[in-house]
Amino acid sequence: MELKDKKVATRQSYGEALKELGKENEKIVVLDADLSSATKTNLFAKEFPKRFFEMGIAEQNMIGTSAGLATCNKIPYASTFAVFSAGRAYDQIRNSICYPKLNVKICATHAGITVGEDGATHQMLEDISMMRTLPNMIVMSTSDDIQTKWAVKEISKINGPVYLRLSRLETNVIYDENQKFEIGKAVQIGNGTDATIFATGITVQEAIKAQKELAKNNINVRVIDFHTIKPIDKEIILNCAKETKKLISVEDHSIIGGLGTAISEVLTDEYPCKLTRLGIKDTFGKSGSAVKLMHYFKIDREEIIKNVIE
Amino acid sequence: MEKITEIIKLQEMAKSVRRGIIEAVYRGKSGHPGGSLSIADIMTVLYFNEMNIDETNPNWEERDRLVLSKGHCSPALYSCLAQRGYFDIEELQSFRDIESKLQGHPDMNKVKGVDMTSGSLGQGLSVANGMAIAGKLDNKQYRVYAILGDGEIEEGQIWEAAMASSKYKLDNLCVIVDNNNLQIDGTIEEVMSSYPIDEKFKKFGFEVLTIDGHNISEIIQAFNKAKTIKEKPVCIVAKTTKGKGVSFMENQASWHGKAPNDEQYKQAMEELN
Repeated sequence: MELKDKKVATRQSYGEALKELGKENEKIVVLDADLSSATKTNLFAKEFPKRFFEMGIAEQNMIGTSAGLATCNKIPYASTFAVFSAGRAYDQIRNSICYPKLNVKICATHAGITVGEDGATHQMLEDISMMRTLPNMIVMSTSDDIQTKWAVKEISKINGPVYLRLSRLETNVIYDENQKFEIGKAVQIGNGTDATIFATGITVQEAIKAQKELAKNNINVRVIDFHTIKPIDKEIILNCAKETKKLISVEDHSIIGGLGTAISEVLTDEYPCKLTRLGIKDTFGKSGSAVKLMHYFKIDREEIIKNVIE
Repeated sequence: MEKITEIIKLQEMAKSVRRGIIEAVYRGKSGHPGGSLSIADIMTVLYFNEMNIDETNPNWEERDRLVLSKGHCSPALYSCLAQRGYFDIEELQSFRDIESKLQGHPDMNKVKGVDMTSGSLGQGLSVANGMAIAGKLDNKQYRVYAILGDGEIEEGQIWEAAMASSKYKLDNLCVIVDNNNLQIDGTIEEVMSSYPIDEKFKKFGFEVLTIDGHNISEIIQAFNKAKTIKEKPVCIVAKTTKGKGVSFMENQASWHGKAPNDEQYKQAMEELN
């Protein structure tokens, strides 16, 4: 699969898809916490002002209000940066949404170190870990424009809580318009057996770049794109463990509790073998350009290649 | 004025609700009698006079909703729901048992008539706002009640929510603050004063009514008045006595969260007869 020239940030795809979804489904309501121009919910707000609720810089209340709306048959999409939703409003997500299994979609933008220049306070590296431990929660992290637009609509059909992790950075479009996805089923890109690169969100394109470069040297790897982290696609993990020589995971998230951990849990239970986990190694992020940070924290194409060859 | 006979009926019902509270906490060997007893009169008026609900159709879309934000006072809610016929009164005896639907804190998916799961303090007003906003969006006539504790409002989220109730002009929302002046570690003033409660809510844009939370007639009148207020939310500050109705529990912070022993149970039930 070739990366396309077109670049779109998944937060932009989110905003556009939400606007479309608003036309199709009257039950959709959207809440934001003074970041609608950054999370792109302003696209929905402009089209459907009556179904958009500006909640101000008060994320805990935004999450609680979403829960109340959901009890009355609305489908709330609540958005802010990942650090302010999964982090700041964790207890509200836990007790007011996940425990009662309410139909709220938490769409968190600006996840990971690729937030860039804002630095550590704004770079959420623990959200997959925290959201994954909550019963009833579905955790998603999409990699490109096409997949994000699919996910935004698809999660409206599930009656229950979903956490959708999105990025700030513009990234190459990966998939064709007609690509089919299914919640809980990872996407396999390539059939190489020299190594498997498990990726999610923004690191999928890095994995694809690495795959292309390695192929030039006759090293054939496959890339697995986990748009759904919970429930995790066990079958694909086990197949890759059996069919390929090396397993590497790469994520813009702490190596504690994220995609690498989710994969290693499956391997530990069913097929013990080595997995190299690339991610942020128990440290906070820092300011810098997203591209430089990916290199600095060793989650980019170069690091993937190095780990495949080693 | 309400008919005297109606008030006497409600007073009798409040006694039954209180007996249910004691029964549940005694059988469950744990729970929160103090705050449950302090809101017993208000909740009795809500469930037997004020709220437009149908126990044969618990999920009726047009129903009034209640969020018991101080979820630890579940015995009061369960007792009202049982008396109203949502489930058998005998079930109160299963309170807090592993097999019971009557969890320590209310679970909307287990108990018919519970409009929202609650327990972690400070979250209920936000949820009530969401219900009220949904009602406005759909042009529904239902009202939403949120019961908060005077200690609970020390949580910052309450004030985030209060700003929003006011911003969205939620005149279909009625907040009740159970002002019994006691929390686990002592009096409200000692622990972390939330006073003046009335002034705070006023400044946040609420119409505030202060009442005796054990006077049935005053409670009824306050709910009636609340319905006439337009374009803003209402907050009823109810002056109450923690443990009200059981002499040895009254005004004792120590009865916030413990169960009576056999003798205390017997005495409490006699006093509530």
